[in-house]
Amino acid sequence: MSSAEGTTAPAVLSANRISKSFGEIPVLFSIDFDIKPGEVHAIIGENGAGKSTLIKILSGIEQPTSGSITYDGETVTLPPDGKAEAMGIVLIHQELNLAEHLTASESIFLGRELKRFGFLDLGAMRSKAAELMDTLHVRVDPDDRIGTLSVADKQMVEIAKAISRDARVLIMDEPTAVLSVSETQTLFEQIRRLTARGVAVIFISHKLDEIMELADRVTVLRDGQLIATVGTESLTPDSIAQMMVGRELSNLYPPKHEPDVDAPVVLGVRNLTAKGVKDISFDLKRGEILGFAGLIGSGRTAVAEAIVGLSHRTGGDITLDGKPVNFTQVAQSVDAGLAYMTKDRKGKGLLLNMGLRPNLTLLTLNKHIKAGFLDSSSEERALERAVRRFDIRARDASVAVGRLSGGNQQKLMLGKTMESEPDIIIMDEPTRGIDVGTKQQIYHIIAALAAEGKSIILISSEMQEVIGLSHRVVVMREGRLTGVLEGAEITEAEIMRYAAGIKSGNDERISA
Amino acid sequence: MSVSAPDIPAKPKRGFRLDLKTVGPLLALALLVLLGISLNENFLSYNNLTNVLARSSFIGIIAIGATFVITAGGLDLSVGSMAAVIAGVMIMVMNWLIPTMGIGWGVVIAGMATGILLGGVAGVFNGTMITRGRIEAFIVTLGTMGIFRSLVTFLADGGTLSLNFQVADVYRPVYYAGLLGVPWPIIVFALVAIGGEVVMRYTAFGRYCAAIGSNEQVARYSSINVDNVRLMTYILQGVLVGVAVLLYVPRLGSASSTTGVLWELEAIAGVIIGGTTLKGGYGRIWGTVVGVVILGLIGNILNLQSLISPYLNGAFQGVIIILAVLLQRGRKNA
Ligand SMILES: Nc1ncnc2c1ncn2[C@@H]1O[C@H](COP(=O)(O)OP(=O)(O)OP(=O)(O)O)[C@@H](O)[C@H]1O
Ligand SMILES: [Mg+2]
Repeated sequence: MSSAEGTTAPAVLSANRISKSFGEIPVLFSIDFDIKPGEVHAIIGENGAGKSTLIKILSGIEQPTSGSITYDGETVTLPPDGKAEAMGIVLIHQELNLAEHLTASESIFLGRELKRFGFLDLGAMRSKAAELMDTLHVRVDPDDRIGTLSVADKQMVEIAKAISRDARVLIMDEPTAVLSVSETQTLFEQIRRLTARGVAVIFISHKLDEIMELADRVTVLRDGQLIATVGTESLTPDSIAQMMVGRELSNLYPPKHEPDVDAPVVLGVRNLTAKGVKDISFDLKRGEILGFAGLIGSGRTAVAEAIVGLSHRTGGDITLDGKPVNFTQVAQSVDAGLAYMTKDRKGKGLLLNMGLRPNLTLLTLNKHIKAGFLDSSSEERALERAVRRFDIRARDASVAVGRLSGGNQQKLMLGKTMESEPDIIIMDEPTRGIDVGTKQQIYHIIAALAAEGKSIILISSEMQEVIGLSHRVVVMREGRLTGVLEGAEITEAEIMRYAAGIKSGNDERISA
Repeated sequence: MSVSAPDIPAKPKRGFRLDLKTVGPLLALALLVLLGISLNENFLSYNNLTNVLARSSFIGIIAIGATFVITAGGLDLSVGSMAAVIAGVMIMVMNWLIPTMGIGWGVVIAGMATGILLGGVAGVFNGTMITRGRIEAFIVTLGTMGIFRSLVTFLADGGTLSLNFQVADVYRPVYYAGLLGVPWPIIVFALVAIGGEVVMRYTAFGRYCAAIGSNEQVARYSSINVDNVRLMTYILQGVLVGVAVLLYVPRLGSASSTTGVLWELEAIAGVIIGGTTLKGGYGRIWGTVVGVVILGLIGNILNLQSLISPYLNGAFQGVIIILAVLLQRGRKNA
């Protein structure tokens, strides 16, 4: 999709034999990387491979331990603290970086406020922001506070902010991890518009189909080593995956074992009404994986939070093993064997300033108390188990969780949830930011849990994941349940029909 | 990878700086001791040291409570006024009990119990307003700071409340005597500090405090009863103010509207110098102990020398606080 001159022109930004260590720990080994004007260059690799670290070096936020950076043909030392933005290198972080209390328009113009006669020109900033949002097809008002936006909208504000900065090199760390399919398409449109203007785009994603669609070249990292840089046309998703994990990846999804027809209903929800959701009814059977599909913002998370007592239920009934329950505190639902894993790992899932151990055991600290005191060796054992089971890769267990790679944070959160040994697990976007190899592991873990007789509600915006794992799929739209699909009906087209509101209503199917 | 990454450029020296942050307070303390020794040979004398430590123990005990409050992301500005009103009421209760109970330990013990109970009640009040009333801790405790201060002024009718001389005589040893030559206030301070360190590090409560201060949402999603834990920190703070006061009352045997003025600031300063982060999420009790002792030593050293006016005490303390926070800055999110 790049113009011809894109491939022949000299590189605008390149890294030459870059190595990086944090303290004693080497993270990148002699990496060569370059990006040409008008090109989309994707970086892929397993969790913790060093992708985020590489682009932090390319944008000056981290300094390489050795090696050099060339920008516009000159060897440069990029200024830290994002000041490289002024030079035209803009980075959008993996974890969003917006100040929660600012409005969207303040956030977009932060540090480069428009002024008139020395005073802030609020009107002009607001209308320019609105214009930007319009071109991005985002429904965000310039006056909305960032804190009130959904993760996807926050991401769009970040992108609007980057676009408004006239970037020459735009670097995006997993921008689509939090976006729905249509939002991703909008983003890609913008990226194509930018590359047509000669902007160079570096892009990290774990979604291989996206990479095939968007990228001109792909660089594969594994354990801090450069494996290859190749043109996209010579690749298939399978060959990329193989390069990434260093082994063949077959059977991404484990075979489905349908739960017994007469398996008892473990969780019954009737006419649930709460903030953001209305009149939701469904049943979850023992050993079942019940997918929840729908567009982002369709109320799936709100259903989960109302069930476990994180938000107030205004109507309806919930039964657990046939007995009515009313959870008002998360602790109650955890005690009853029902655990919810949030999708917002940074804001609600993990304590970023603390180590792996306290994070893992926070939900289940009572299990690690002996005679009133914390038993740190028991905690340590739990951590060892979780590290093994979920393949959590931290080069140093005492490191603050905020310094783990995104995928490893996700795996730690999964470990934390599973520590409570729940019978029913509600997983909200469990594979967000996770590499394909690990995804496969997690899918097998989920299937194994179901085979053991645990029941799982799988909320996911990755359609393939819902289709590949679920026994039945609940589709939601604008806070309401629009359909329950079974067996052969579970197809992308059918789910989209219900999610988009083209089809709805089959209430007789609610209970299995 | 984390929001903090951009503002912490990874310098090769990072590991070293981190260490400095841990040993920083200890280093400062050692420097102060060396300075003290070089200025006055009496500095290391038994009398001087027990004197400094005994005086520091009131603030110290309060500051240990404050460490929990601050670690859990809260703040209690009312502790100084709370101390004054508790001292006032304790004295009134003891005086009032003399006709029925006579002079003796009975009255003193009743007074002590009153003090602790009152502290707990004040903590319940602060904590309930903050957690159930959903009002900022700063606002609530600023309010109660004013309320308590004016209550003690009212109770003392603008003057001084004095403990009955004979009861004061019975009570005196609690401040002036001790065990094996160590005054009681120092012993109690040490016990509270050890207990605090154990609770902070080795109990679920301590872990929960840090979790809540670090990210309240994460704590809530991790099934922690955030409101109850917060409430507990304020009650603990109140009870510890009560403990500090029952050691303080025998020292002067009186309370007035100027009792405990600025104690809240000294306590908070001690906590911060000790390395606890003001915005919560990380607290260390031993650091607080060191911080409080540092503040005490500054005053003491200024008194032991003649070059610099002791009236500059506050200025030196201020400089130390600012330095401590400067040193901490790198740890903000790490
Ligand atoms: N500031 C830091 N201090 C110490 N270690 C770090 C730091 N930043 C990153 N690391 C380590 O470097 C390695 C590479 O991390 P990086 O974030 O670059 O991975 P990634 O490829 O982006 O992974 P993911 O796909 O999970 O986002 C990880 O092991 C991580 O723990
Ligand atoms: Mg990353």
